[in-house]
Amino acid sequence: MKILVCIKQVPQKDAPLKLNESGTWIREDVSYEVNEPDAYALEEALRQKEKHGGEVVVITAGPVRAQQVLREALAKGADRAIHLEDDKFVQLDSTNTARAIAAAAAEENFDLIVTGLQSDDFGAAQTGVLLAEILGLPHATIIIGIEKTDSGLRLKRELEAGHYQFIDLPTPAVLTIQSGINKLRYASLIGIKQAKNKPLRKVAWAEVEPKLSKNLQQIERLYVPVKQKKTEMIEGPAAEVARKVTEYLKNTARVI
Amino acid sequence: MADTILVVAEQREGKLNRVSLETIAGAQAISKETGWPVEVVLAGSDIGSLAQELAAKAVARVSVLEAPALTTYTSDAYVFALKQFIQEKQPKLVLFPHTYQVRDFAPRLALALDRSLISDAVGYKYENGRLLFTRQMFQGKFAADVSFAGDGPWLATFQIGAFRGDQAEAGSAPVENVTAAVSEGSPRVTPHEVFQEAKQAVDLSQSEVIVAVGRGIKEQKNLALAEELAKALGGEVAASRPICDNGWLPLERQIGSSGQTVAPKLYVALGISGAIQHLVGMKGSRTIVAINKDPEAPIFEIADVGVVGNLFDVVPALTEEIKKAKSA
Repeated sequence: MKILVCIKQVPQKDAPLKLNESGTWIREDVSYEVNEPDAYALEEALRQKEKHGGEVVVITAGPVRAQQVLREALAKGADRAIHLEDDKFVQLDSTNTARAIAAAAAEENFDLIVTGLQSDDFGAAQTGVLLAEILGLPHATIIIGIEKTDSGLRLKRELEAGHYQFIDLPTPAVLTIQSGINKLRYASLIGIKQAKNKPLRKVAWAEVEPKLSKNLQQIERLYVPVKQKKTEMIEGPAAEVARKVTEYLKNTARVI
Repeated sequence: MADTILVVAEQREGKLNRVSLETIAGAQAISKETGWPVEVVLAGSDIGSLAQELAAKAVARVSVLEAPALTTYTSDAYVFALKQFIQEKQPKLVLFPHTYQVRDFAPRLALALDRSLISDAVGYKYENGRLLFTRQMFQGKFAADVSFAGDGPWLATFQIGAFRGDQAEAGSAPVENVTAAVSEGSPRVTPHEVFQEAKQAVDLSQSEVIVAVGRGIKEQKNLALAEELAKALGGEVAASRPICDNGWLPLERQIGSSGQTVAPKLYVALGISGAIQHLVGMKGSRTIVAINKDPEAPIFEIADVGVVGNLFDVVPALTEEIKKAKSA
């Protein structure tokens, strides 16, 4: 199978984020990491390749800094990488992001395209599904198990509240992958060395721009959410905090 | 044509998904400000009786979009049928509940209509004649007000719990039967039956006290801290998704959109940042205590009591205090 994995670089989970001056986006001087569900999508692609042979290609869209997540993927075992490299990719809505990826990937005729079910920054959960629509491929979302069959794929799809469903899908297809589908691997030392010599193709903004159109939605402002509840913040040494919390539970909340 | 709001209600296997009523409540609220009437559509086959429940709400019309091809959900059939229906009706705004099913087809539907979908909104604002949708960003650390550019139909999904279904205004609406457009090709996805993995040994929805752990617990052996606190409080241990993904606790103890939804008297969140997917599963809890080292963690937005600190110091001390208080 020839597999494309779409990955995104997002701010680290516990990185303190600050708003930019215009209040429309975050300040970019934070630490970044790969979007966690995308890491699971990559792991799944590597496992499928190890079982059935083929090739794993990783793609991302973003500034120069985003190359880091491609290098990490190459170190884990991906064969080559594609970088849609420009600061402007950050400002695209889900539809245009999917268009840009489709433009860079369309000629490659992948058997399977996988990505995480959503990103930890936007959380729109749309890019994978939109990519399928643009490429005219069938898709399935929130996948927690993949098995290759004679006619395509047998997938385990997660539904709400602990329910599941098996579905059959012909390939080529696009899948969005749920976290926890597998156990993530670490890059080996030899993998990290080899990654330096693996091919990384850069795609410039101008190459895909003709395929993009105007963003049909835009962020007017970004802000710290308004508190819904009055929270009693308790500080101090552990013993004192424990005593105050216990008092609250006993006298105010009356739960002990 | 006058502007309308179309709510796409959801059913599965002949059962109405209750979150459809939340979306109707949201649509009614928007309608009060914009003056756009609310209509509802329900897709499926042999679902006339479900439409009656929707028609008992204060909406202008309920359309039952039926075809045998819609008996079992497939994205291909849903996109095809709803695209045609929306193109004929030309509503200004199309609203969905943000369910797993909607996540599966709504983006494709929006693009097939050459339109845009704002997904997982928690609310809306109507400012100077402009409609904005509020959504959470960066795992809830920020909120964003998002606008549509270009012509309608505009599509948006509302997060579960964004509105209260029991506050959907009652009324009486006519029901209209519509034969759904069906594509000539068969759907590319073949769905099989929905199932549950194993009988759940613990039903956390019945627990009065839940002590839940997140990434901040760091190592599996540290779960003992949570277990001792739960024991002192007479409660059950639960977790956010990453803990169950790691296999540290069984999936049946996972709280959140993909796990169980709970509303105990007391919910203690240890090292849980409070991603949206977790919050939807526990925000109905009566008293929420959160202990986290990150003062910016979104869990503090919904906590009654917040402790910014090292849980490895605070939790053992708290366990001792509670034991003392209980034996006093």
